Parts: sequence; C-alpha cells; structure tokens
Amino acid sequence: MNLSRRHFLVLVPAAAIAWKSVLAGTPEDSPNYKMTDHWWGMLIDIPKCIGCGNCVRACATENDVPDGHFRTWVERYHVTDENMVSPQVISPDGGKEGFPVAEEDAGKYFFVPKLCNHCADSPCTQVCPVGATFVTPDGVVMVDQKYCLGCAYCVQACPYGCRYIHPEKHVADKCTLCYHRITKGLTTACCETCPTGARQLVDLKNPKDPIHEFLKTHSVQVLKPQMATGAKVYYNDLDGSVR
Amino acid sequence: MSAFKEARHLFRFAGLFVLAFLVFLVVRHYVVPKSFGEYGHYRGAAIGEVAAHPVKFAGHETCESCHTDILEVKKNGKHAHVNCEACHGALADHANDPASVIPVKPDAAVLCARCHTASAAKPKGFPQVVPTDHSNGVPCQTCHNPHSPAMDAGGAK
Repeated sequence: MNLSRRHFLVLVPAAAIAWKSVLAGTPEDSPNYKMTDHWWGMLIDIPKCIGCGNCVRACATENDVPDGHFRTWVERYHVTDENMVSPQVISPDGGKEGFPVAEEDAGKYFFVPKLCNHCADSPCTQVCPVGATFVTPDGVVMVDQKYCLGCAYCVQACPYGCRYIHPEKHVADKCTLCYHRITKGLTTACCETCPTGARQLVDLKNPKDPIHEFLKTHSVQVLKPQMATGAKVYYNDLDGSVR
Repeated sequence: MSAFKEARHLFRFAGLFVLAFLVFLVVRHYVVPKSFGEYGHYRGAAIGEVAAHPVKFAGHETCESCHTDILEVKKNGKHAHVNCEACHGALADHANDPASVIPVKPDAAVLCARCHTASAAKPKGFPQVVPTDHSNGVPCQTCHNPHSPAMDAGGAK
C-alpha cells in the first residue's frame, strides 16, 4: 500500500480514537487514574470508633445494599476480666442505628468495624469456578455480576464473612471499596462519613500516604493473619480477643 | 501409495477433528468476551462496570466549594474534621443541581444523640452526655452550634 504523508496524518488520530473506544469503560480510560499506580487498603483506628453506625448507613445508601445484608458492619465487643477467650459480641442490624447504651461494669468494651479485607491472596477469588471474582491490578476484590452464577462458593470461602448473595440479583455481592469513588479521587462513603476519622482509605503504593508513617509507629494488625490472606484492612490497637 | 490407501479412513477422521477444532475456535470467538484475560482470568470490562456506579455522597470538597461560610465556622471548631455528609446525608444530587434539589435540614435531636449519648462502650476521651440530665429537654442547638459546638463558639445558626 502506498501511503502519502497526508493520509498517514489522517489515519493516526483515527486509529487513536478507535483504540480509545476499545478501551472505553475501563478505569484506565478515566483521566488521571492509572490502576498500576495504586494499591488500596483501609486503616481502622479502633480507639477512635464510637459505634455511631454512620459508615453502615452511608455504605447502604451509596451502594444500594439490600436491607439485612451488609458490605460493612460494626461489632461491639465486651470482654470480661474472667473470660478473655470468648467475648460477647453484638451487632444489632449491623450497627446501622448505633448500639444500646452499655452500663459501666467490669471488663472492657470496644467497637470493631468490619468490611471486605481486599486480600491480596484472597481465598474467595481462588474458588470461583467461572472467573467472576478477582483482584484488580490496584488491589480491589471485585465481583463481575454479569458473569457470576450465584453458586456462593466465594461466600463460604471468605474467612471474614464479607460476602452475601444479593436477594434480587441472585449473584454474589460485596464491598467494592467504593471503586466508583476512589477512581474519581473521592474517598469511600464510609470514610467520608466517619465523624471521628476511625476509618481511612489508604493507598499503599503512594509514598506520600500517611499510612507508611502510621504503620511504623503503631501496633497494627490484620484479621486472621494466620490464614495468610494478604488482608489489606489494617486495625490499629486491635484487641487479641477479636477473631 | 498403497500404504496410504489403507489409512484413508484415518485421514477422514483427522479431517473431522480439524473441523471440530475450527468450529470450537469460531464459537469461542463469539462467546468469550473481548476483554476476558485483559488483566487476568476475568472479564476486564467488569472493572469499568463497577466504576460506573453513580456517586451519591458528593464529598466534603464539593460542599466546601460553595458553602465557604460554613467552612469558616467549622474550621476552628471541634467538628472541623466531621465531614458535611456525616450529618447532612448523601447530597451529590444537590451538588449536581443545587437549585432544584433542596436538602432537608437534619434533626439535631437525633444526630447529636447518635454520637454523644453516654455509653460505657465508647472511648473514654470522647465527649458524651446523658441527654436527659444534660439539657432537661432543651434542644442541643439552643446552646451549641452543630458546626462549631463549643459553648463559647456561640449558639444556634
């Protein structure tokens, strides 16, 4: 083919536009967001949580979470002096409307907000028979709801109980770490509405993120570290009685 | 050639295999989504579908770009780091169309109590009151401005 310079100059932008349309719909296409530049997680500062339930309500609103199911929820632990092994745990309606008033007594109380740990080596993604759940290049565990069969293998595989079968869509549903928000430069709905800063979105690939200094200077733990899930929800000052 | 003559039925069989493989390739081309395998063993386009979910909480930066007066009141107060939508609720609709979507003023009696009702379960340093003893039924905002709740910061706004 003989291609003149003029035709070549016309063809190159046309090819670029065509390639854009191929990429359309992927976050790589949204301006200033590159998946490979991020590795998302969350910091939960236990001593700051007051159990108000703002995060649970905000999550339900932002993500249309059906009643009785939770992408995030808050548990209240009561550990008595005599029994450190089996604490009393309550989470009325996921802590959506807060918690009943606790009377002063022996032992201690604290709140533990929970959500998907966005594990780097997630058990839930490994069991999916159809490739409908996966870890994105920026470290978010996601469900492809068009591909999901609703077999619930992943619901059983998650050691943290973070997945459920959506009662109307009949497919697996879970926290997306508000992917539609974080790719636009916003924080998650739960972090946005947390009044005390007990929840903070962290980007482990961003060297300027205060998380790096925080991890150096605080006693931080993930849930079920013995399962080597690569959990990326970091809990500051987490009590040993939390499972 | 005579040796191949005996093997002719094998060629026909091999031909069938090749045909079946071609059919498989054609079918695969149509049933496997284009973006499958783009980033891993999953449909790459699913990431974009999740990212396309509508935003409902506008984020405090959005609120503050218009409501600079409230930001002034808030910024030195105890509630400086409580984001707008923590109390006012999801207001991206209002941010997108401020003229026609008018937010409802939140009920201070519910909101203040939600965080500040005394409970042994809350962290000790967090300000907590028993609402009935604290104000004798007087609404919170009579004495406290929710945007800057210290008493010396002034009453209702």
